This record gives sequence, C-alpha cells and structure tokens, in this order.
Amino acid sequence: MKTDDLVVMLSANVEPVERGLVGRAISIAVTAGAVIALGLMLVGLGVRADLTTTHAVVFLLLKVAFALLVVGVAVRYLARLARPGAPQGISPFTIAVPFAAIALLGAIGLVGEPSSHWNRMILGDEWLECLLSIPIIAIVPFAVTIFAVRRAAPTNLVRAGAVAGLVAGGISAMAYALHCTVDSLPFVAVWYGGTIVLCTLAGAALGPRLLRW
Amino acid sequence: MTTGETELKALMVAGLRGDAASYRSLLDRLSGRLRAYYKGKLARVGRGATEAEDLVQEVLLAIHLKRHTYDTGEPLTPWVHTIARYKLIDYLRRTRTAATMPLDEESEAMAHDDNASAESSHDIRRLLGRLPEKVRCSIECVKLEGRSVAEAAQRCGISESGVKINIHRGLRSLAAFIARETKNENR
Repeated sequence: MKTDDLVVMLSANVEPVERGLVGRAISIAVTAGAVIALGLMLVGLGVRADLTTTHAVVFLLLKVAFALLVVGVAVRYLARLARPGAPQGISPFTIAVPFAAIALLGAIGLVGEPSSHWNRMILGDEWLECLLSIPIIAIVPFAVTIFAVRRAAPTNLVRAGAVAGLVAGGISAMAYALHCTVDSLPFVAVWYGGTIVLCTLAGAALGPRLLRW
Repeated sequence: MTTGETELKALMVAGLRGDAASYRSLLDRLSGRLRAYYKGKLARVGRGATEAEDLVQEVLLAIHLKRHTYDTGEPLTPWVHTIARYKLIDYLRRTRTAATMPLDEESEAMAHDDNASAESSHDIRRLLGRLPEKVRCSIECVKLEGRSVAEAAQRCGISESGVKINIHRGLRSLAAFIARETKNENR
C-alpha cells in the first residue's frame, strides 16, 4: 500500500471531532464507578447503624473527605496521562499529599494516647474486613476507568494503570467509609491508605496488558 | 522543536473541524517527517525502508483514530512525537529487537522531512477483504470512492450513524491487522 493512498483514504470525508472527549469519558467513568461502588456497599455491607453521635458523623466525613481528595487529585492526573504529549502539570508527588496528610493525622492521634492503646487504635475490629472490602469493591470502578482510558491514548501504561488503580481504590474507600465503624485516625491511615496503595500497585501491574493500543 | 508547529497545528485544528483538504495536507506533511524519523531509527537496528513505511502507516492510522485526544490548547508536535515514539517502542518489542537504541530527545524527532514516496508491505484491498461486509462497504464508499455518508448508508443498507460507526471500527481493525502483519513478517 502506498502511504499517499492511505493519506487520501483517511482524509476522505473526514468527520469533525468534538472537543474535550477524553476528559468527559473519564468523568463519566468515575461517576459510574462511584455509583456502582456505593450500590455494592449498600447491598453487601450496609451503611453503619451508629450514625447518631457527632463523633461518628465527624469521623465518617473525615474518611469520605480523605477518599474524595485522593480521587480528585488522581482523576485530574489520569486525564493528562490519557493524552499523548500533554504537559504533566500535576507532579506525581501531589498524589501523595492526601496520604501524607492522613499519615500525619494518624501519627498525631497515636502520640496523644498511651502506647498500650496503639494496637487497638491501629487494628480496630475491622482491619481484615477493610483489607478485603476496599480492593473487592474497587474491581468494577477499575474496569470502568480502564475502559475509558483505553479509548484515549495513554503512552505510559504502567503509570496510567497505577493512577487508574488509585482512582478505583479511592472510590472504593469512599463507599466503604459509609459502612466502616472504626473511628480511629491511625486505623484510617494504615488500612484505608494501605489498601488504596495496593489497588495502585495492582493497577501498575495490569496497566501494560490492559491499556496497550 | 518548532519547525512548522504553527502551520501543522493550524492544519490539525481545521482537520478536527472536518476540513478534509487541511487534514490531508497535515497527514502528508506528517508522513514525510515520520518517514525520516523511522528510517533514521530503524537503520540503527538494521531494518530497511519498507519496515519504516509500515510504521509510518501504522502511526498515520493511530493519529487518525486517536485524533480526539489532541487538545487544541496544546502544541501539536509533542502529541505526534509521543505517539510516534510509543509506536516505535511497541514495534521493537513486538518484533523482538533488543531496544538498545537511545530514545531520542524531542528536539531530534521529526525535525527532518523525507518525501520519497514509498510503499509498505501491506495490501489494502486484501486487508479490506478481511473486514465484515457492511464495514467494508462503508469504508469503500466513503473513504475510497469519496461518496457521502448518506449515499453509503443507502448502498450498504444501514443507517448513517451505522456507516460512521462502521468506518471507525473498520479503520481500527485495519490498524490491528497491520500491526499483526508487521509482527509476523519480521520475526
């Protein structure tokens, strides 16, 4: 085939293209992923029943805020990674900011208490449930996000996969926070932060296979 | 790397609005640059002009299929260069060449032109023959014979939006066929 012929073919009756399709597709995917994650949490786990005290409400909001912050930063970064040659704008370190913040809060929480309480503050009663729930709930949001990124053109597949995993982990943590009854900052730092990092690593491992084009 | 950036970008922006003449001119210019880029790169690993042309065509298809990922607020050259380099790395991996060549700096990429009209190893008619009938019909009508989408819809017996979807799908399959052929030939 002559390249000239291909050029003629590709440009014949070329369709106009809408602007901003990549950003829109990723936003839709993340929203859909969040709805699915919330649905799964409602059906499988249920909203925590003890939302009667201010203490519980404050902690719930704190957990949700942490997760939303993670998702917000990650989604913006992902929209960049999905387009070739885009100025990266956000440094990968920005992504670490929410994690650093929650780790700091967790550490402050520990310092204020005698070390005999630390074990309980970190492990809570639900560490295993948290460790399993967040990655499991993240699966569908991850698939939907990857689908949207695939239709764009990521060129750093490890990084794009990792950030897609981060987004999915954050969405999942937000949904799980509505169920989780452990109101301890060290717990949130270790188990929420840790499971989201796990999702990120899984995304990095799967990225090259799932995102290749 | 600003050689022609303004001009190329203007052509791309017009092309994204559906201006076929500008788009054709853009793809023409880009093929010259991509050809020079790939010939230079592949010569270092002992590959010839035909392989370079295979890659040029693969990238032209990729540029076309991914043109919605270009943000008109950003320069065009880095966008094209990132795709060209991505496809080069993918090609080297696919064809199992040790990728020992230094990956270029952006300034080096596509700074030159090579307009020696060239042919790849792919036969478009044969590749089209592997597509499902309605998909092939849509591409032949609109992309090869230059008919309108409405005419194609009538001839192929599907709706106009069906024709558009078929064209996109068909070009995507062609890109996949080409990538697969390139891999097998060079093993």
